[in-house]
Amino acid sequence: MTTARLGAIERRRFAAPIAGALAIGGLALVLLAALLALGGYDVPSALAALWRGSFGSAYAFFSATLVRATPLLLAGLAVALAFRAGVWNIGAEGQLLAGATGAIAATALPLPGAIRLALALLVAAVAGAAWALPAALLRRRGVLEVISTIMLNFIALNLVGYLVRGPLQEPTHAYPQSQTIDAAARLPRIAGTRLHLGVGIAFLAAIALGIVIRRSAWGFRVRAVGANPRAAASAGLIDVPRVALEVFLVSGALAGLAGGIEATGVTYALYEGMSPGYGYTAIAVALLARLDPLLVAPSALLFGALEAGATAMQRDAGVPSAFVTVVEGSLVLLVLLLPAVTRAYGTRAGRARSVET
Amino acid sequence: MSVNEEFLAAAVRTATPLLLAATGELVVERAGLIYVGIEGSILAGALAAAAGGWALGSATAVALAIVAGALMAALFALFVVNWETEQIVTGTAITLVATGATAALYHVLFGPEGAGLRIPVIRPTVVPGLSAIPIVGGALFAQSVFTYAAVVAIVAVWWGLARTHLGLALRACGERPAAARAAGVATGWMRGGAAICAGALGGAAGASLVLVQSGTFAEGMSAGRGFIAIAIVALGRWRAGGVLVAALAFGAASALQYLFQARGWTLPYQAFLALPYLATLVALATTRARGAAPAALGQPETE
Repeated sequence: MTTARLGAIERRRFAAPIAGALAIGGLALVLLAALLALGGYDVPSALAALWRGSFGSAYAFFSATLVRATPLLLAGLAVALAFRAGVWNIGAEGQLLAGATGAIAATALPLPGAIRLALALLVAAVAGAAWALPAALLRRRGVLEVISTIMLNFIALNLVGYLVRGPLQEPTHAYPQSQTIDAAARLPRIAGTRLHLGVGIAFLAAIALGIVIRRSAWGFRVRAVGANPRAAASAGLIDVPRVALEVFLVSGALAGLAGGIEATGVTYALYEGMSPGYGYTAIAVALLARLDPLLVAPSALLFGALEAGATAMQRDAGVPSAFVTVVEGSLVLLVLLLPAVTRAYGTRAGRARSVET
Repeated sequence: MSVNEEFLAAAVRTATPLLLAATGELVVERAGLIYVGIEGSILAGALAAAAGGWALGSATAVALAIVAGALMAALFALFVVNWETEQIVTGTAITLVATGATAALYHVLFGPEGAGLRIPVIRPTVVPGLSAIPIVGGALFAQSVFTYAAVVAIVAVWWGLARTHLGLALRACGERPAAARAAGVATGWMRGGAAICAGALGGAAGASLVLVQSGTFAEGMSAGRGFIAIAIVALGRWRAGGVLVAALAFGAASALQYLFQARGWTLPYQAFLALPYLATLVALATTRARGAAPAALGQPETE
């Protein structure tokens, strides 16, 4: 499967990422306003609710937007890394659930709190990688990873459903969830907010992955395999299947870590609905960032804000959060379109045209 | 009906929307495009069928569903054929848009809580005589019109792909688009047309979910059936006969829960839900997939 298109996307980075992020944020708002008007909603009050829920106050920003952005950032990095190498890992959702399951299981061990927490996050990453492994191995046998990772997503969801009603169910057996983890093994919160230490881990991971992709020999191999596997193998003497396997495992580990951090920082327990599709939204997050780990951070922030705002919009203005999903998907389509349209018609005409579609 | 008959009937019933969608996916993949957005086409079809069935009756509902599914695919074709965007990524975005748009439209059309929309379901069409055949009669000849349509569709696709010039040209687009173009095939239109065909069948699959199975619309009610259809095409090794068998096998795996319940065998409920996916993985792992897929699957024309 080719990655020439994505290679083209990579090369055309934003000249000024901040201006680009603001432009995309603005575009998202315009799009949302148009959709709300079409749906017959009170646009100003809906957008006001969106603002209150996302950036309107320090509490909204730290306790809603950033908390939402954390799993999206880590899972977004997982997707960005995989797609960069031409590995179509659509399975971040399943790997995230595997990570959360591993973390919750590890917190039950009789160990001191901090060690338990560190172990839980480590187990989460390993579990995420392990959940990606079957798809990575099957890929070598010619099975499309798009299919295998989606199958693994469904299996993970049902496995969690079973575990929280069986072996991992809380002791009273009243609710389909695991026992709440005790305070000692939770990620510390930043005083007065719901924001936990995981946000720092996520941003550090983005910076680290950005440096690795850009500066390390491994990062070069990843980019080479993604740009043209045949050339990478023949001209660069790169072991392409091996790089693809490594990328798959690291990608799974990042998604697993997202699940582990969500479990020890936000939900404190395992249950079926603990991820509102973070692993799927992460695909949009990574694409909007043009698969650049450093741009995944602002992209995750934008999506975190949109989703936090959507919750407030639904609560205060009665607007279904699905409207925001439409905006997210449309943004991805628009970003996909930019290189093709700028190539064909020049930037200005291209923008005008892409807004029509 | 005996337990086994019940099981077979449930297997065919469950397989019907999967077969419809997989037939569409087979057409588009043989033309060289992988259409992950078929999940979005199913959802669009489901909403169109619900709205149409509520306002205008079931025949119009089916037509609307087919058009809605085809429209999503036309959008996909515009992107991947005209602008050569990455197919998997574009399909994923189409699914995202469709998931949000159908949920939002449903709220707008039927009120904030969905208003408990109820549409009369289409009853099975019982074929006199044949449906009385022991064991398989009920499963094969007392199904909804969608089941018969799905069988007709897969047979038509087999015949069209294998026996017509159009089918040959379409397959050429999936194997060697450059060669096809050199031979005078309008590869872009061929691929776009195949995508629209797939979307239309996806829309029909969505209609069958609403008009046969549930009688209402629910957010995300496709529940991954489009993705399963893609897996079924791979399981069937990109051949019409294989797709038919794989869809029925998947339906049977999903229907096993009826058999187990009836016989009093106990297994965790989630094991049944996960079984079809697990079986698909195992089947994909044990068959040699390499070489069966169209050579240019997932690639833009210009390569």
